[in-house]
Amino acid sequence: MSRTQTIRNNKLDLYLIGVGGQGIGMLSEILIRAADYAGYPVRGVDTHGLAQRGGMVVSNLRLGPKTFTPLIREQQADMVIALERNEALRGMITHLKRGGELVYYDTSWQTLAARLGQEEDITADRIVAEADKLDVSVERVFKEDLEDARMQNMVLIGHLADKERIPGTKPEDYRQAINDLMRGSMLEANMMLFDSLVNQG
Amino acid sequence: MKELKDVMLAREAQSEIVIGNSALVRAMVEAGTRVVAAYPGSPTPEIAEAIKAIPRKERPFYFEFSTNEKVATELAFGASINGHLSTVFFKSVGLNVAADSFVQLSLMELTGGMVVVIGDDPGANSSQNEQDNRHYSQLSYIPMLEPATPQEVYRMYLEAVAISRREKMPIILRLTTHVCHAKERVSFGGWKPLEFDDKPRFSSENGPYVPITREVFPMKRRALNKWEKVREYASSSDLNRIEDNNNKKRGIITTGVPYLSLQDVLQDLDDDRQNKPDILKLGLVQPLDKKLILSFLKEHQEVKILEELDDVLELQIKSLAFDEKIETRILGKQGIEDWMGEYTPDKVARVLRRCWPDLLPKEETEERSLPISPRPPQMCPGCGHRSAFHPIKKALDKHDITVADIGCHTLGFLPPYEMGEVLLSMGHSTNTGAGLSLFNDERKVVAFLGDSTMFHAGLPGIVNAVFNDHNLTLILMENGTTAMTGHQDHPASGQNFNQKVEAIPVRQVLEGLGVKEIYETDTYAQDRLQEMVEQAVSSSGFNAVIARHPCMLKFTREQRRQGSYKDKKVKIDQEECVQIHECVSDFACPTFQLEEDGTVWVQDDLCIGDGSCLQTCPTRAIVFAEQGGGGDE
Repeated sequence: MSRTQTIRNNKLDLYLIGVGGQGIGMLSEILIRAADYAGYPVRGVDTHGLAQRGGMVVSNLRLGPKTFTPLIREQQADMVIALERNEALRGMITHLKRGGELVYYDTSWQTLAARLGQEEDITADRIVAEADKLDVSVERVFKEDLEDARMQNMVLIGHLADKERIPGTKPEDYRQAINDLMRGSMLEANMMLFDSLVNQG
Repeated sequence: MKELKDVMLAREAQSEIVIGNSALVRAMVEAGTRVVAAYPGSPTPEIAEAIKAIPRKERPFYFEFSTNEKVATELAFGASINGHLSTVFFKSVGLNVAADSFVQLSLMELTGGMVVVIGDDPGANSSQNEQDNRHYSQLSYIPMLEPATPQEVYRMYLEAVAISRREKMPIILRLTTHVCHAKERVSFGGWKPLEFDDKPRFSSENGPYVPITREVFPMKRRALNKWEKVREYASSSDLNRIEDNNNKKRGIITTGVPYLSLQDVLQDLDDDRQNKPDILKLGLVQPLDKKLILSFLKEHQEVKILEELDDVLELQIKSLAFDEKIETRILGKQGIEDWMGEYTPDKVARVLRRCWPDLLPKEETEERSLPISPRPPQMCPGCGHRSAFHPIKKALDKHDITVADIGCHTLGFLPPYEMGEVLLSMGHSTNTGAGLSLFNDERKVVAFLGDSTMFHAGLPGIVNAVFNDHNLTLILMENGTTAMTGHQDHPASGQNFNQKVEAIPVRQVLEGLGVKEIYETDTYAQDRLQEMVEQAVSSSGFNAVIARHPCMLKFTREQRRQGSYKDKKVKIDQEECVQIHECVSDFACPTFQLEEDGTVWVQDDLCIGDGSCLQTCPTRAIVFAEQGGGGDE
């Protein structure tokens, strides 16, 4: 059985994490719809409410027939997708399974403790060092010339689509999802960015 | 773009990926609900967002955000006794506010039907407690349905409506945070718009509606009879259902989110079906279907009651078993931990391991240490509350007492501000502050209150402080909106949910209530605010400082929508910076980042260029960046 087939018969748990205000809601909504277009049974749940005000936010996304609750168990996610470096570390340690995959956008929004000088700053090297301890493979995503920070989530989407990180989920599935969720100049800008990220290979 | 409106108003049966809160609104449309009222509070505000997606002219029901939960409940009650199907929704602790009228509802003949939707918050994700509102069902004789998934939210609302209209009684639909916000593909039925009968059908002959002395008892008897009828009805419905795994030894009785978690945890023993306990999943959680529960008990040697929060089911089921002399071993709560937190799959696994150590495979989680501290929510870049707390802290002595209230400004209690040291509930601050001021000549008392909260529950306290001449300063943190729950309008906004209206200005309200000494400033004028607070706390009696600045998250979003947003940033002039660190350590806008060598830089992702920070730097090293630039070279 191929990997895609195995997952389609079981489950794939994606644990999304970031800081309130980074656009994790849109990231999660695009992923759940793209996976739905690719034929997965889908289930999810996001952080809403006050926690969105600059706090840690997560979204649980579960694909495949063998799920009941939308909540992913600790240390059992197959993949952690993070919008920020510190939260990437947190998500990996709390929820990623040993041998899982971490994909993160490498911007850093320091925690209060780091800003007060009470805690050391987390670097990209530190992420790799911590990942090694858990046999986790790390993909650092960053786009130097990105003008609008609000589109960092789309850079991650483009990366996931281009590398087919959700098996069987093709760029066209993502395009349909994006079309469902955006309109006007926002759709135009995001689709242009998406296309530029998936057409390279 | 797929419009939520089209999902809400589709005539044909359809399916769509939605959250539980949106599924609820579709159910309201299909059910022919006529009047809906609410007060915003997590986890329910997205219900109103789905309602808002339907333009007012096409919305088949009336909706309003009322000034508080009690008002909303009474409005929905009034509509119901006039013959209209009504619904009210609010968060868990909102029921405490509504309670005075809510507990009366079962005494009343609700001719139009009425559903009370409660968003409980096990895990206290966005609430000051995790109270178990199943108690209110018992207290008020109002039956309660509890869905586990968005699909069940939709289905059970329709079921609640059917029971409510049949029995002319209120029904509670109890949602919890991760039911409200869970998303999945939900199948909806078709919708045929009804021709509504607008005739006001209220008649005292449908009552009695005045529960005074001798009338109370027939009304209570009728309520209890209806309660028993619903219990009977449960047997003929599939609201409660058994999943038979052919296990004679072990059974589990559960509901809602714990049921889903249980299903997931039991996947771990998929290959060994013999061990899998039978499950009785309750959808009608009050009143209990005694017959079904008794037969489930009798069929098993041991039954675990797997319930989140309190032991509501456990006590009733144990008492039932006692009366019926059933010898099944009933396993309930096993220590305080079982009473706490949401029953996530991890929690359910822990609870089951304590109960039946042999049931689940060996625990596989490893010890891992997290090198970073938690990231609680914080005030946004540009937030007017930050510009308020910074000078207010300077105006006060460190022994003075600051009282928090509910709103984004509650976050002021976190370091480095530490402003607002005690919190009970919406609108408590003036009154707790008044109590703290008694026999107290040593420490000034300052109470914070948001504008929306003032209208919600703050008014009686302000009147009391004037009436009884208390000695404290109220600081009204006016941001023009109900920010914390997603920017709902309030009476001072100049707009309600449906249309523009004349604003009821906060200052006029204070004046009207008899507050004589009122100061007012925009919080970005930090020096001015500091002087005002110094003056206010040094004068005796009750006075108020209006610390005003629009919510910058709302303001910048509106600007972006209108195309008037200018992408400004600040930067640190490294020539001028002598690393005093007031910007990172005291003002603490999250935009400022600190390098290990002490260098401060500006995170452009976060900065909105509001410039409120410029005045906080003793060496004036924070400056506006050149256009298109920003950050630090």
